[in-house]
Amino acid sequence: MSAKAKPALLWLQSITCNGNSHSFLNHPDLFSILSHFELVYHPILETGQTIEKMLAGTLPCDVLVLEGSFRQKGLRKNGVEVLEVALQYAHKAEHIITAGTCATFGGIFKQKAPDAISGFCFDEAEQTPRYRQYADKLISLPGCPIHPKWLGYVLMMIADGRQIPLDEMHRPQELYGITVHTGCSRNEYFEWKVDTKGFGLKEGCLFYEQGCQGPYTRGSCNRILWNDISSKTIAGTPCLGCTEPDFPRTTLFETKTRMGIPETMPLGVPRRAYLTATGIAKSFKIKRFEERIITYDR
Amino acid sequence: MTMGNRKRLKRESIIQTALQLFSVNGFHKTTIPDIAQKLGMSVGNLYNYFSSKDILAQEIIKYTSEVLGEKIREVNMLDVSAEEKIHKIVEIYFTMAKEKPEMIEYFLRVYLSNREVFSSGCEGMICVSEFITEIMIFFDDAVASGELRNQDFFSAFGLFMGYLGGMVFLKGEGVLPKEIETYIDDISRNIYNALKA
Repeated sequence: MSAKAKPALLWLQSITCNGNSHSFLNHPDLFSILSHFELVYHPILETGQTIEKMLAGTLPCDVLVLEGSFRQKGLRKNGVEVLEVALQYAHKAEHIITAGTCATFGGIFKQKAPDAISGFCFDEAEQTPRYRQYADKLISLPGCPIHPKWLGYVLMMIADGRQIPLDEMHRPQELYGITVHTGCSRNEYFEWKVDTKGFGLKEGCLFYEQGCQGPYTRGSCNRILWNDISSKTIAGTPCLGCTEPDFPRTTLFETKTRMGIPETMPLGVPRRAYLTATGIAKSFKIKRFEERIITYDR
Repeated sequence: MTMGNRKRLKRESIIQTALQLFSVNGFHKTTIPDIAQKLGMSVGNLYNYFSSKDILAQEIIKYTSEVLGEKIREVNMLDVSAEEKIHKIVEIYFTMAKEKPEMIEYFLRVYLSNREVFSSGCEGMICVSEFITEIMIFFDDAVASGELRNQDFFSAFGLFMGYLGGMVFLKGEGVLPKEIETYIDDISRNIYNALKA
């Protein structure tokens, strides 16, 4: 790419539900972000190129966005192996963004054929053989779907030529260095171990009974809100852990416990420390947390 | 010996003496002067360590919970089956009831019988948290390994600890026909059979 030219952005789909594309279309500054790039190809947005030309593997590509999980062989578009096309562009690109959990770790579509389907550079938490070749340009953006602003952040950092600090799975630390629990409006209830009485209520924490995975799921859903106003946990449904390598787990609306103790501890918290703190917090009944926030006249 | 160490040892000896007097003579019948006299120290000096009888009583229950919790923690660290761990925990509990009866007597006859003393400062399970935490870890591990049946914590805890406490209470009442340690095998088996998966 020349010094003045905008970086060429090419968006390639593999096995996908379109969820990440649709999510990104909700970005309030979508066109402003895209104005920093030459959008070479996108499956939904109009570009000057056809799918045939894209599949020929000859278009320019500085930033490759991959959406969907990958099959080693057998997924063809127009008679062309999609993985082959992805590899051609991956080779050219300066940055590869795996947008969504499917492209990053395998995600929901991996469930169809767990041995044959994976993410582009990771198969759940394991590196695929491709990893080594593309590691130096890889940015992982897991999420089902990704938050539009997570991708917006990454694209603007690239457009500005700035370094994005990444963790060991190539996730931007700015977005995934915290858990979904961070910033949740129910944190007071978590601290005092007060369960919610049901989905959709303003009061109570969803971690103890309703299956919330927020305390051990990496992501910034409660710092960068969805549609700028809310999140699953704020609205009163559990975090399903959609950014994690082993997503989707099972029984997502029920906390798995052993003798009443949650099977999975908050990220990095030793079990003994958790149980000690929980036992103490549970010993107190705080009146405010037992009451409704708003009492409606009926 | 440093000043800090000496103070710590003195503190522990007050706890142990008070523990003995409270569990034998009862909480209300034991006075701070009784405890000071037994230790050969002045009442004023004892108050330097514990500002009231209630606070001393609360520190004692924390101390017994720590001692028992530490022993169960050692069992939790062992690489043995849940059935063997149950046996070891029962053994620890009954051995303590025999060799240091004041520890368990204190729990049953002071802590559980004088709730007003503990209502502010020992709410819920705060003062017994080390012991409870280790029991939780034992249950959690045993369910994870598939040896015990998954259920509510308190239904399992009540069966386990209620049973042991009841036996020690009967021992304290002098109604057990045999020495308490002769019941270890049968009671361990009963608990395992009741809780197993």
